[in-house]
Amino acid sequence: MVLNCRHVWEYISGYLDNTLDEQTRADVERHLEHCEICSAILDSTRNILILTADDRVFELPVGYSERLHARLREAMLKSPPPEPQSP
Amino acid sequence: MIAEVLAGQTEAFHELIRPYERSVYLMALSMLRNEAEAEDVAQEAFIKAYRNLGRFRSEARFSTWLIAIALNEARARLRRKLPGLTDSIDDTDGPVVPAQLTDWREIPSETLERQEIRSLIRRALDQLPLPYREVFVLREIEERNVKETAETLGITIASVKMRLHRARMMLQKQLAPQLASVSSKRRRFPWF
Repeated sequence: MVLNCRHVWEYISGYLDNTLDEQTRADVERHLEHCEICSAILDSTRNILILTADDRVFELPVGYSERLHARLREAMLKSPPPEPQSP
Repeated sequence: MIAEVLAGQTEAFHELIRPYERSVYLMALSMLRNEAEAEDVAQEAFIKAYRNLGRFRSEARFSTWLIAIALNEARARLRRKLPGLTDSIDDTDGPVVPAQLTDWREIPSETLERQEIRSLIRRALDQLPLPYREVFVLREIEERNVKETAETLGITIASVKMRLHRARMMLQKQLAPQLASVSSKRRRFPWF
């Protein structure tokens, strides 16, 4: 099937996530081969995701874990232990 | 370990949550963009999880349950801070038309330029309506799969896919013109 640009835009996420069926993927690829605009849209979207992924790498604030467990201990002293509850 | 805590060995809760300390904090930080607030939200979320552990159902993944609690805490805090926050969307809205520019294609390799663009991305993400932003953060930063994202937010898998696609297209639409200008600025003065 020959896809126009608007069709391809709707498939960009599926293409990036590799969730398109084989035929649709092939149709999208055929369109991308000759459409500079759509391939730029695909590239810029992919680049945004790659750069977003940089944010997964970070240092936790110094002492975060210690402060968290100290506050939890305090809260545990104040509240009764949790009990199983029926659904 | 959950059974141990529920049987009264409350100390086991500390060990239970250790693997999730980072992802809960990251979720809060991605939503609030403030380290002190993110830490406070993470603490509140873990305390809430402890108090409500008896309600946890083993059909769900513990991490999904925790992230949902953290997200609710972050959401409540955001709403207090920004009462005008857009949180209603129409899942049947028409398609988002992306920016049709061809100038910016490469990922910058220079750390400074990469950081500059990442801060533009963060700013653009903060402008998205909350339901799109939440799906984007869960999928792209927390790396939750579609099913976990749907469970965390209490929406369907189809809605997750649709919101993620719209969020990505909205970001592309807003960012592509800015990214093109960052990139052409560099190209014009490559020797500086």
